[in-house]
Order: sequence, then C-alpha cells, then structure tokens
Amino acid sequence: MTTSLLGAPVARSEDPRLLRGEGRFVDDLGHDAFEVAVVRSPHAHARIVDIDLGDALEVDGLISVYTFDDLPERLREPLPLLIPHPSLTAGRTQHVLADGEVNHVGEAVALVVAEDRYAAEDAAERIMVDYDPLPAVVGPERALQADQAVHDDIADNVAAHLEQEIGDARAAIADAAHRLSFRLDIERSASTPMETRGTYARWDADDQRLRLYSSTQAPTSVRAAVAAYLGLDLAQVECIAPDIGGGFGVKIMHPWPEEILVPWVARELGHDVKFTEDRREHFVSANHERAQVHQVEVGFDDEGRVLGLDVEFVHDHGAYIPYGLIVPIITSTQLIGPYKLENYRVTFDSVYTNTTPVTPYRGAGRPQGCFVMERTIDRIAAHLGRDRTEVRAANFLQPEELPYDFGLVFQDGRAYRYDSGDFPGSLSKLKELIDWDGFAARKAAAAAEGRLLGIGLAAYVEGTGVGPYEGGHVLVEPNGSVQVSTGLSSQGQGHQTAFAQIAAEELGVDLADVKVVTGDTRRFPYAVGTFASRAAVMSGNAIHLAARKVREKALRIASEALEVDAEDLELADGKVRVKGSPDTSIDLNVVATMSNPLRYAFDEAARIATQFTQPGDPNAPPVAEGEAPGLEATDYYSPIHSTFANGMHAVEVEVDPDTSDVRIGRYAVVHDCGTLVNPRIVEGQIFGGVAQGVGGALYERMAYDEHGQLQNASFMDFLMPYATEVPRVDVDHLETPSPLNPLGIKGAGEAGVIPGAAAIAAAIEDATGVVIDAMPISPSQLHARRLDAASTT
Amino acid sequence: MTTNATATGIDAHDRVEVTVTVNGVPRSSQVQPRRLLSDFLRHDLRLTGTHVGCEHGVCGACTVLLDGAPVRSCLTFAVSVDGHELTTIEGLAAADGGLHPVQQAFRDHHGLQCGFCTPGFVVSACGFLAEHPDPDDEQIREGMAGNLCRCTGYTGILGAVRQAADELRATGDDPRQRTRDGATASGEEVSS
Repeated sequence: MTTSLLGAPVARSEDPRLLRGEGRFVDDLGHDAFEVAVVRSPHAHARIVDIDLGDALEVDGLISVYTFDDLPERLREPLPLLIPHPSLTAGRTQHVLADGEVNHVGEAVALVVAEDRYAAEDAAERIMVDYDPLPAVVGPERALQADQAVHDDIADNVAAHLEQEIGDARAAIADAAHRLSFRLDIERSASTPMETRGTYARWDADDQRLRLYSSTQAPTSVRAAVAAYLGLDLAQVECIAPDIGGGFGVKIMHPWPEEILVPWVARELGHDVKFTEDRREHFVSANHERAQVHQVEVGFDDEGRVLGLDVEFVHDHGAYIPYGLIVPIITSTQLIGPYKLENYRVTFDSVYTNTTPVTPYRGAGRPQGCFVMERTIDRIAAHLGRDRTEVRAANFLQPEELPYDFGLVFQDGRAYRYDSGDFPGSLSKLKELIDWDGFAARKAAAAAEGRLLGIGLAAYVEGTGVGPYEGGHVLVEPNGSVQVSTGLSSQGQGHQTAFAQIAAEELGVDLADVKVVTGDTRRFPYAVGTFASRAAVMSGNAIHLAARKVREKALRIASEALEVDAEDLELADGKVRVKGSPDTSIDLNVVATMSNPLRYAFDEAARIATQFTQPGDPNAPPVAEGEAPGLEATDYYSPIHSTFANGMHAVEVEVDPDTSDVRIGRYAVVHDCGTLVNPRIVEGQIFGGVAQGVGGALYERMAYDEHGQLQNASFMDFLMPYATEVPRVDVDHLETPSPLNPLGIKGAGEAGVIPGAAAIAAAIEDATGVVIDAMPISPSQLHARRLDAASTT
Repeated sequence: MTTNATATGIDAHDRVEVTVTVNGVPRSSQVQPRRLLSDFLRHDLRLTGTHVGCEHGVCGACTVLLDGAPVRSCLTFAVSVDGHELTTIEGLAAADGGLHPVQQAFRDHHGLQCGFCTPGFVVSACGFLAEHPDPDDEQIREGMAGNLCRCTGYTGILGAVRQAADELRATGDDPRQRTRDGATASGEEVSS
C-alpha cells in the first residue's frame, strides 16, 4: 500500500449492484406476502363515531381487517415519546390505529390485510368510517390563538416552552447604538425520499422468531420497539434495513404504526405480511418539518457587531410530538452560526396543529436557524450601508478562540461547544470562488441591459456526530475476506465504500476484499441510528478503532510466528511483513487461521492451526489469557461532545423583471467537514443537499388549506426540482480536522441544504431591492411583493 | 371504484394471459386487466429493478423501454403490452455482469446515491440517447428532466449521460442493446 485510501475518491462498491437493478429494497422482497392497505383519516380533526366494515369482508382476496378495538392491550397504548425532555410537559403521541379521534389527514384508522395490495385497497374503500368533524387548527399562529384545541386536555396547544440565555440579551440590545426588530418565516416541507416507507415481516412459528425488514434509519431501535410491543425477547427479533431509497430524516422516525402492526399481524396470521406506502400516503402520513415563525430583535454597533440578539419563535410540530424538542432545540442553538454571540436569548413554543407530525428532515431546524441569523446579518449590513461579508467578518469567532463554549445546551444534552474551524479562511475562499468583489461590475453590466442580478451568501455551523455511540466489528476470515459491520443503516451515503476504505487503510488490505454490512441486527445489535450527519463520524471511527484492535492482534500472532518483534512488523498488501524486508512475511489470512486453535483440519489451510501441527507452549492454554479465538474485534466510539462542521454558500441569481422568475446562475460552496474519507462521496452529499436547499427556497412547500387538507400531496403539485431547476455547483474544501475523534472527521450529510434558503433569499433581495423575510418564495409571491414595493415608493 | 362488468365482458378480477418479450426472453403470466405493468414486472416476473416512486407518472423511476421507447410502467396496464417487447434495467448489463456504458458512466460520475431512482434514469438515458445520439449539454439536461432524484442534485447524472453519449457515439452501439460479455469491465473492480 503506497497511497492512502483515506481521502481517496474511490468509486463506490455499492454501485454495480444498484446499476444492474439488483438492489434489494423492502418492496423487492416478500412477493408472496399478504399486503396491507391502511384506511386513513380524510379529516384533519374529527371524532370517530362508528366504523362500518360494510361489504369489505366480501372482497375477493381479503384476509382480515383491524380497528383499534381489535388490538391487544399493549398495542392500544400510544406510540413512544422517543426523546423525553423536562420542558416537554404536554407530550402526546399517536396510536397505531386511531382511538376514537383523528388529529390529521392521513392518520391511520383501520388496517386491511389481503392477498395483494389491489384487493386490500378494494376492501379499504368499502369500509365506511362515520366521522364527527371538529374545527382544524392549522398553522403555528392559529395554534397560539388557542380558540380551538388539537387535544382536548391541552387547551393552549403548547407542548413545551423552552428558554436559553447567555449574557443579558435584552439589556445589551437596549444599550446598543443600533436596534432592529423583524419577523422571519419558514414554511413546511418534507424529506420526500424516492422510496416511500415500507415494512415486511416474517414470523417463523417453528423457531418462534420474527424477522423484520424495514426502510428505517434506526433498525436497532425498531427491533427493540417491536420486541416490546409484541412481548418478545430481543433474541426473538431481528431487524434488517436492506437497501433504502433515501431517508433524509423522515425514516429516523420510528416505530411507525405500520412497523408495529405489520409484525403483529404476521404473527397473528402465521403468514408473511408487507406494507408498502404509496406516494399520496407518504405526503400525509409520513412526517414533515421546517414550519417556524420567528420574531427577532437585535442590537449592534457601528461596525455591525452584534451586541445582543433576542429570538422568540413558534415551532409547529403537527398533531403529535414523538421526536420531542430536537428540531427547535437545534434551531435555538445552531442559529448562532460562526459568530461570537455573548448576549443571546432564545425562546420557543412548540405547538400542536391538526397537520402531519413533524420530525427531523435533513438540516433539522438548522435551515430555519441559518435563515434567521443570516437574514439578521444582512439587515444589519443594509442598515449600516456596509458590505455583507465585512459585517460577517466583524462577528466571526476567530480560529484561535476555538474550542469555544457558548454556555448553551445542545440537542444531545451536552455543552454547545465548537471544536474547530476557520471561518475567516472559509469566507475568503468563498469570496474568491464566487468572485464576490467582481459582482458589482457584473450587476452594473446586467442592469445596463435591463436585467436584475443579485448575490447573496449564508454561513452555518453544523453540530454533527452526536452521541451516544456507534460500534464497529471487523473480522478477517481465513479466506482473506474482511467482514465489517456496524449497526446503523445506509440510505445512499456510500457507507459500504467509506467504511471499507477506513478498514482497508488500517489493515493494509485490498479494498475489494472488504465487505461491509450496515443496518442488520443479526450482524451488529448495538447502534443508535443514521441521523445528524453522524454515520462517518461515529461508525467510521468505531470501525477504525475495531480495525486497529484487529491490526494489533495480527501483529501479536505474526510476531510469534515470525519470531520478530511486533514493532518491526507492518500490515500491507494483505500480509504482515517485516519493515524494510518485505520478503519476510505471513499472509493475513494465514494469521486469521492461526488465530483460531483447531482440532479439526476441515480444509487444507486449516491444518496449520491444528493441535499437532501448531502445538504451541505445552504449559500455556491454547487460547492465551485475555485473548479470544478469531482475528476479529469490536469497538465503540462514544464522544463527549458533538463535532462541529461548518461552511458557507454564495449564490448569484437573475430575476426576470417581467415574470419575477428566479434563475440561479453561480452557486459556490465552501465546506469544512474535517478529514475527508472519500471526497467524491462528500461532494455528492453537498450537491444533493444544495438541490434540496434550492427546492426549499423556490419550489417546495406543504400547502395546507384552513381545513387542514394538504392541497399538493403529489409530485405533480409538490414541486421537487428536476435537473432543469438545479444549478451547477462549485465546491472548495477546507479541512480543519476535528480534535475530538481519531480520524478527525466532521459530518457532511446535512450541510448542503442548510444555507440554501438564506443565501437565495439574500440574492433575490439584492436583485430586486425587496426585503425577503419568508421562504420559500414563488415567482407569483415575489412578483406581488415587487408590485407592493413599487406602489409604496 | 371497482366496476365489475365492462363492455368487453371481462371482469376486473378475471385473469387474462399476457405474453411479452422482456429483455429478449418470452415471459407470460395470468394477470387481472387492471394490473399495472410495474407490478407485473416487479411481482409477477420478479424483475424488481424497475422501481415505483410515485404511481402517477411524475418521477420516472418506473421507466422501461416498450418496443425501444421509454414509457412509465406505472401508467401502463400489463394487458396493453401483450405481444410487445420490453427492456428493463436488468436487460442492459452483459450476462457476465459487465456494466452497460450508461451504467458505467453513472458509476464513474457518482450519478447515484441510494440507487432507487437509478434504474429509471439509466433506462430513460438509453431511450434518450437512441433518439439523440449527439446531444448538447442543454439537450441532456432537458432529456433527463422527466425523472426525479432526491439524492444527487443531478450533477453526476448529467455528467454520466454526457460520457455515455460520447462513448456510444464512438462505438456506434445502440444504447438500448444489452452489453456484450467482455465489452466492459465487470463492474466489480474498485477503481480510484
């Protein structure tokens, strides 16, 4: 091995299989399984008066129908509140099937099982549910009016109120030379992965075991939840996340009602059962995010330095709050970005509405926080007539001030503490990449032709790699293959490739010999999950540590076999060899064989490990004290703090003067996620994130009417960008390794989406002169605002 | 919605024999007249490489070639293709696993992440390149704008179609044909 695999842009090992159509997604399995259809509420808020099965039972191919009343006691309990918090005093979660009341369109009311989905849908549409509709609470402001309660026993619709403060923000604002206050809004959107949700259960009555395949970002936790609801030992349940067609946060939610119902029904019926969500169901019954309304007050000096910042916001968490306060806590803290804020107060109310529940979507509260902070900095710059990059520079934390502890509590319950970064360095790279200083000339030239050009930028800091832990297992087989596993699951991030690079680097083996399995509780039962840009940080380091243990064990065994001091040995080219004398070596697969003392020579290679061939010290046990058979190791990575990645985006837009259509010209990204394991994969994450940021800025919104009906629940009306809507992106990397983990990695998964709305809003504002304080913005909305602005001047 | 009697006298639940040639192989199955081609391919013929992302013809994940032209299999009834030829994602790589030039280009350009939309993009690209063997970059962008991808931001996809267009034009191969054994690397190697 002469070149390092770490940092190499190797092609992905996942690709050939997926490209040939050989992927194994949940719905690719279980062709003979019964399929389910879920009867879902058409009302945003209603009491269920009666459920009449009508002639559903006569449908050809129908197997069974279940309502709340048919459920065993344990399944009648509400689904878990996954992340409790002391401030979450009025937490409500949904039932697997509605218990007399529905609180959003799409809530599960009855479950139909049939021979196939066609028959299941035939039966589902014959079931007549008699509803008594109630007024719907839609939007965070309506929720706070409290004239109608989503849940009868929570009259104010507030699940939680949380306040954090450092310094004395209100006093600092009062004393400041300049003060501004304004409101900033972000609307609802959602992850919308191309593969919808899916769950497939096989109950083995002979073995009394359950195998569950689920399209989930948290297979170990799904396993534990299913075992608890079904009254099974963990040893009886295995959960596998096979290929997953994208997650982007929505699949971290668990257990979904169907994840409990499908295995329960499979056991009840003694037959495989599968649920494959359709796209319309996904729009209304899989979770959303983003909607928040923020009120900002800021005080600053003549240079634009923020002296005090006070933000009060309302977070719309929808009908239930299964994921606790994670999203608004992230907004509260990550809003700060790369700036040194010494007087900062933030409060939020997390409120119920009669809409689909909210759990993290890529970025998870950060796009909102970034929008608030960056729009605030832009307002300061406009107020003072200063360049927007200068005002940012005046507020940056300096590299020598890191690590920096703000005195706030982050989403993991730990200190909010930036570990590394070089914000001035990032800004100068960004200015160069987008040619910030040359923009005035470009804008003037365009203006001379009657064209409207604008430029904007936005900076963010992203807490990644949150705990509590991940683990890795590395095993060298006697055939030379290296088996790596970790418990979290993959949704397209190239984990099989990146983790193989990490293991191969440590063990000096060919990348092609490393086989990585993720998200299979049979292989690795302890894990937390894939979220918060944590997989490379957490599992990457755990696998690195496990591989290091394997390396050390290989050196011990080879040292004895070669009678060479371990310090004089190295692992390379699939061998343990003497440094400087590579001809004296032992193949790693032979070391693997020798690591397992044998009685039986089941094949030729095994002979060397048998008791008469390798007798060893006759006075010592064949497996030495403290050792175990096999060239393998498990290790865990459990950080004290999250590690903080950061970056900045700049974008140039052109606004059509007649139609207000926004066209993105240049889009530049500077990104610091520490050590890059595979730059191609990281760039892919950035490109994909930027596309979601563009969608969130210009196209995507969940359009609820006042009755809580989602008006655009299809890809025809929810405008996810096609290739024609996404710009070319120029990327520059800055690598300031994290001091917190052995590989120096900071997370990269979510970064691309975070500053999109903020940067694009700034560019539109620059192009049109119209203040942009709410995103997304459509051409017609922008046009109306331009007309308003023109009529008031 | 279930209307049983139809003008043809065929009940929606009756089964009808459908015979198609898929990837050069004759296949037949008894299906209900309402069965979607996507379900027929995936669940009756067990060709699960064709994916379903929206079921209303917007996302393109289910794209297959019907007599050489791209169609949405989620908007097509299986009975309507009786007697026709289909090419699915499984019909492009060589029998030895060697990747089709479009597939190889997607790998070379990191044109896929989760891989769910990928078969639709690859098949669409094959149909597009058969129609437009010498596309400019803007035509490629337009040509690929019938498919949704949530992961990649399309950068790698557009680069991949550019590479495949250039390569196929050089060889003169029909983009819709299965790759010959030994024509490309097996696809299992890990290049850097």
